[in-house]
Amino acid sequence: MKPKKISGRNMIQASTRRWWPLFLGPVVAAFVIGFVWPFLQGIYLSFCQFKLIADAKPIGIGNYVRAFKDASFTHAFWYTTLYTVVSLVLINVLAFAVAYALTQNIKGSNLFRTVFFMPNLIGGIVLGHIWSMIFDGILSKFGTSIVMDSTFGFWGLIILMCWQQIGYMMIIYIAGLQAVPEDMLEAARIDGATKAQTLFRVTIPNVMPSITICMFLSLTNGFKLFDQNLALTAGQPILTQPGGTSIKTTEMLALNIFTTYNNSSANAHGTAQAKAVIFFILVAGLGLAQLAYTRKKEVQQ
Amino acid sequence: MKGSLTTERRNKMILSVILGIVCVAYVLPVLAVLINSFKLNTYVKTNTFALPAGEMWAGVENFVKGMTFGNYPFWNSVKYSVVITVLSTALILLGTSMAAWYIARVNSLFCKILYFLCVFSMVVPFQMVMFTLSNTADKLKLNTPWTIPVVYLGFGAGLAIFMFVGFVKSIPLEIEEAAAIDGCGPVRTFFTVVVPMLKPTMISVGILEIMWVWNDYLLPYLVLDLEKYRTITIHIQYLKGSYGTVDLGATMALILLSIVPVIIFYLTCQKHIIKGVAAGAVKG
Repeated sequence: MKPKKISGRNMIQASTRRWWPLFLGPVVAAFVIGFVWPFLQGIYLSFCQFKLIADAKPIGIGNYVRAFKDASFTHAFWYTTLYTVVSLVLINVLAFAVAYALTQNIKGSNLFRTVFFMPNLIGGIVLGHIWSMIFDGILSKFGTSIVMDSTFGFWGLIILMCWQQIGYMMIIYIAGLQAVPEDMLEAARIDGATKAQTLFRVTIPNVMPSITICMFLSLTNGFKLFDQNLALTAGQPILTQPGGTSIKTTEMLALNIFTTYNNSSANAHGTAQAKAVIFFILVAGLGLAQLAYTRKKEVQQ
Repeated sequence: MKGSLTTERRNKMILSVILGIVCVAYVLPVLAVLINSFKLNTYVKTNTFALPAGEMWAGVENFVKGMTFGNYPFWNSVKYSVVITVLSTALILLGTSMAAWYIARVNSLFCKILYFLCVFSMVVPFQMVMFTLSNTADKLKLNTPWTIPVVYLGFGAGLAIFMFVGFVKSIPLEIEEAAAIDGCGPVRTFFTVVVPMLKPTMISVGILEIMWVWNDYLLPYLVLDLEKYRTITIHIQYLKGSYGTVDLGATMALILLSIVPVIIFYLTCQKHIIKGVAAGAVKG
């Protein structure tokens, strides 16, 4: 069997190889235009001062120094981190609870699943505007608004994201819960385990892979959030500091990079690009940690 | 024994009722959009949760206002959103499935490098490339709805190739061998033998791409020539984000128009959508 397989592989390989202009050509060209070139140019420009890319001149690490000294950037970093941690816990706990309830063989679980997943299909900008109308509808009764207090902005975003993401994570958890071996649950029942014991000792250890996936997804989604942030508060309210600089109190990292780029100062473009590189390292670090972790898990299985 | 059974049934009933209530609460934001799209603008903020009855009733005024906002006809945005989504999804499906099959079967050093770069691109956030990408796209005249699909193919190739390669590797080679022995060239083998087998993955990838492109804001905002071309999302952001008084009634009317097709699409292909999204999540 084995030699035949090798010769067969060679056959497809040999006859297909010279067709690369057709099979790979278009994707490679688009990939270079849409990713490789902008990525490399982005790294280069983060060390430059420029208004137009054509007259970029290298200035060393000045942009990075400016980025780290920028109070609005550090504020955005901590704000994003806080948001990510709170939303990660809330979304995952609630999504798991809903998934657990829906796998208990109850009436109407298909309908519930359909409804809970629905907000996922609505885009971030539209979601932001829907919820800003709802929050303002409530807050205007108290003479305030979502853009007037950063506490409202923070929890508003959390509620919005729970509404959007719970259904998504729920689907992953349901798949995990359905894969828990029935005989293990049966054995626990026969041994007289209570429902809580079965949940924590049998079910949860068995759905650990789903939990890991959802955790990492919430983590990267949280750090990369942009559309909802822009549409709900756009960073408002603005806090003016003693030094004259201002901080947008509900601005997250991705929006901060965007705002910096549109600033009129001579170093704005370069600083924004440096911030983007820092942002990339942060998000890619999380993503690679996920990849390494899942690889390790797969090896163990 | 019988007693415990009825308690269990009662508990399940209670659970059903609780979830039913949560379900209704879940739909409320969409209902809020519906009622406010027929409400006069001045009442949207003050009477957000009231039905648009009596003096609050606006008829189709909000829809007319929203569709003609800023001298930019809304139907053009609808047209461009559809063109961009359909062309980009088709291009991504065709291009990446061909590339993925080649990568998985030929597996040369160049293929390995390309595959590695694709996986790498999946962890790069859009902010990293957005300024330079919009500049490059501008220079190459990729700033129209008919050419922007190239940008989507370039930036979105990573996940699609990753999913396709994973699936191609699970297909037994013997089927393609048999086709080759029967005299099929690689192009015919791919389109008549491989593509039919790729169908489930094609649906998953297609749904992920449709949802991404249709809802995307920042990429078309930065790449398109906004004087001429706006997508629905850009149009809505202009309407709400513009300075001066914001017309909430008109915004809600447009939001309603933009989410109704999405909800219909969801209700008709729900099974595929949930499966596709879950597949993308687990792999990405």
